[in-house]
Amino acid sequence: MADPTGPVLEARDLAVTFPARRGHPAARAVDGVNLALGRGEVLALIGESGCGKSTLARALVGLIEPNAGEVRYAGQPLRRTRSGLREFRRHVQLVLQDPYGALNPRQNVHDAVAEGLRLHGQRAGLTRRVAAALEQVGMRPPEHFFDRYPHQLSGGQQQRVVIAGALTLGPEVLVADEPVSSLDASVRGEILKLFLNLRDELGLAALVVSHDLGLAWNIADRVAVMYLGRIVEVGTVEEVLLRPQHPYTRALLDAVPSTSDREATAALGGEPPDPTAIPPGCRFHPRCPLRATLPDDRAQLCLTDVPVLAPALHERQVACVHADAAPPTVVSHDPAEVTR
Amino acid sequence: MSATQERPAGPTPVEEKAPSRLVPVGRFVLTLLRMPSGLFGVVVMLGFVVMALTAPLYIHPDDLSVTQATGPLLAPPQHGYPLGTDPAGRSVLLLVIWGSRTSLAIGVMATLLTMVLGATIGLVAGHYQGRTGRLLMHVTDWFIALPGLPLAIALAAVLGQGAASITIAIAVTSWTGTARLVRAQTLAVGARPFIERARALGATDTQLITRQVLPNVMPLILVSSTLTVASAILAEATLTFLGLGDPTSVSWGSLLNNAFMQGAVTAGAWWYLIPPGIAILIIVLGFTLVGRAVEHALNARVQSR
Amino acid sequence: MTTQHVPEVPERRTAQRAGEPLLDVRDLTVTYHSGKVPVYAARGVDFALAAGETLGMAGESGSGKTTVAMSLLRLLPAETTVTGEIRFHGEDLLAANWGRMRSVRWAEASVVFQGAMSALNPVRTIGDQIVEPILLHEKVGEKAARARARDLLDSVGVPSRRIASYPHELSGGQRQRVMMAMALACDPHLLIADEPTTALDVIVQAQILGLLTDLVRERGISLIMISHDLSVLASTCDRIAVMYAGRLVETGPSRQVIASPLHPYARALAGAFPTLGDPASRLAPGGLPGDPPDLREEIDGCPFAPRCPEVEDRCRSGVIPLVQHGDRAAACVHVTGYDEAVGHG
Repeated sequence: MADPTGPVLEARDLAVTFPARRGHPAARAVDGVNLALGRGEVLALIGESGCGKSTLARALVGLIEPNAGEVRYAGQPLRRTRSGLREFRRHVQLVLQDPYGALNPRQNVHDAVAEGLRLHGQRAGLTRRVAAALEQVGMRPPEHFFDRYPHQLSGGQQQRVVIAGALTLGPEVLVADEPVSSLDASVRGEILKLFLNLRDELGLAALVVSHDLGLAWNIADRVAVMYLGRIVEVGTVEEVLLRPQHPYTRALLDAVPSTSDREATAALGGEPPDPTAIPPGCRFHPRCPLRATLPDDRAQLCLTDVPVLAPALHERQVACVHADAAPPTVVSHDPAEVTR
Repeated sequence: MSATQERPAGPTPVEEKAPSRLVPVGRFVLTLLRMPSGLFGVVVMLGFVVMALTAPLYIHPDDLSVTQATGPLLAPPQHGYPLGTDPAGRSVLLLVIWGSRTSLAIGVMATLLTMVLGATIGLVAGHYQGRTGRLLMHVTDWFIALPGLPLAIALAAVLGQGAASITIAIAVTSWTGTARLVRAQTLAVGARPFIERARALGATDTQLITRQVLPNVMPLILVSSTLTVASAILAEATLTFLGLGDPTSVSWGSLLNNAFMQGAVTAGAWWYLIPPGIAILIIVLGFTLVGRAVEHALNARVQSR
Repeated sequence: MTTQHVPEVPERRTAQRAGEPLLDVRDLTVTYHSGKVPVYAARGVDFALAAGETLGMAGESGSGKTTVAMSLLRLLPAETTVTGEIRFHGEDLLAANWGRMRSVRWAEASVVFQGAMSALNPVRTIGDQIVEPILLHEKVGEKAARARARDLLDSVGVPSRRIASYPHELSGGQRQRVMMAMALACDPHLLIADEPTTALDVIVQAQILGLLTDLVRERGISLIMISHDLSVLASTCDRIAVMYAGRLVETGPSRQVIASPLHPYARALAGAFPTLGDPASRLAPGGLPGDPPDLREEIDGCPFAPRCPEVEDRCRSGVIPLVQHGDRAAACVHVTGYDEAVGHG
């Protein structure tokens, strides 16, 4: 029984481990993630490379089988049978980072967009639906593009074609992995606007994975910050980006190039996280600037009392046992303009 | 471009049509013919095929019969016999033309078998990389280790001399090269993002292989085919020369075999020995050039930006 | 960060005539002839860089920024036509002979290339790669060169015991630091950094930018940094030059350019990187419809005209020159002062 008020897509205690190979220990890319995406909302999943966000995205669209936990669509667990996955794919679709690579070079635009329908055997009114999808993503007139090949399109157009292909099946959720990071700066805004349009016109929910905090500010309602296989903070964009509570989120925000003052705070030291060697307790504790300022007995809590986040839609959650210890700072990059 | 344009309100007046499939094929053929190597190769290929197919129209069985031939015995080129005659009095020119039928037939059949077997195994091994893939590759390695010529001789002993055993022998020893090539390309294509996209859209493994991987591996298969025909024709000539072919049929290899056996070299009868060799040379060259031109034409499409 | 090898900064900097910029580029025009049709990659680019100054070149793919940077050291393919003047220490590099160029390269000006993984030789250790330019340009022995290499690695934050590592054994951030150590090996006066942080995450980016700023300041080096990210440039460089379709469309002090851009394209570029906390960009991504122009065609008028929200008829023909407005410059008819400067009514 689908629950219309609950989350449309959920991860529950999800874990994905890549097995050990020669010269490579096992990597726990996703290590116990609880995340919920509400209907018609845009959730940004922010993290650096190696944090497991791409793996999580792929597990959420069913491309990767989790080692533990489950993916739920509309409250129902995803059945990893052939028919179960096929049904699921009509509701949850994927948009990838590299738009040129995501298109089969031997297929023209019409066939690339029609692929989803053909795979599911829905050939009735194929061309009409392809045209409708191309119009939806702003490629007008659609017939003009039918016989073009990917290498004849610009990066922005290629990404629109990929999105159109995902829309033909009529999904309720789009999962996008770095959808604009390989596009030129001025083209990014157009594609991001498209995501917002799709949300407004079709009620599409979107989970956008990125390393770019500005993207979250531009299009997301809520944001979840991921570090080394776990979500460390989740809440609305205003809450998390302007009043961050987790030390890692603060470090991320400090690292954003600031134009208002040239004397930036010292960047977080150490190397980016390695999923083959996860520290015990709170996985951020070796690099945590907050921990360095705490007395020993409190610092010990970082190894023993690590909060685990629950998949809730409307709660603000922080996976730091000392979250209330640090004063809530307002991170502003332009003091004159922050209103909240 | 992606800029918005005003669309008239109301239903679309013209039914939108999917783009035609023939246009890209036509463009490919034109690109191929515009290249000198492509043009030459295609002309040679077509020329030999036409020659082979029309031969029965102007070659009488008597011209080929050892007993009925009426020409001078082992005579150098002269009026009426542009390439001279063989020890039985048959015109060497007619023999070479007739020989192209068997050589081409065996070459093409062997290539077909090779490509189908090799490409299928390569695709499956490249796509299913787990146990299936490893198993297939072990089988392939085993076949690579088999020595070609002794295998061919053994097959001829079992199946009897003749075209069938030669064709099978060539296919059995050549498919491994194709399989490895196709597997490598399948691995490369399989790692590209559009495969992941197709999976996300709901493609099954079979659909992935036939709709996404195969079209991208096909250029390699086509090029490999043309080169395989060339080497199959050479292989046929070799095996027939060694005596594994049907002694009664005429092919370039059998001509060379006969010439050798009947002492053409010591007799100085160059007109008997050289023409089959030159025919092989020209057709192999033709197929090789076509192969290169096809590769160029297929890549040109992707690079035409 | 302290270094053990302190370059002799004061003497070299004053060897130049006082008042003359370190680098003075005039009317630089680059046309590629590698394909069937010529590509007009850069047109009439003018800018100057003083000693110790940092300049950011902003633009997207096809803007010409990498072309201009590579042309400074004449690193473009042989068939390329380069005209104009590139005055480095008063000497025109475009007229210099090959021997002179080789001695300028790396010893006086060096490059940190984009994509450290492809710019580093994967089959040689990083130690060998840093030592190589030292041995080529300076009269020191192998041992002294190795010691210098160790110092350089320390100064860029890579432990010097890793001097015998291969590039694939290092992380992306570490490889970028090794590139910087290589670029500094011969104490150049000018460092050109081509998209130094583009493939890196935010935190590693901040570390690399901090390192770059420190090194440049300590050694008194001039820096040209290329990026498509205006906020990165604004936080690291004194001045910014924005390029579009091979032309310079705006220059000025970086804070002013990003806070109140004069040229509509610069405004669009600034809008692509929102400031967190700015309500104007909340749920309102700034973008630009259309695509950059095809550089194989000669463009009449302002190259930005097809996409410009403020385009007028006079933008579409003729040359729109870069006009100075105080210490800023813009190539746009809509900036106040354009008409008077150009001499129109």
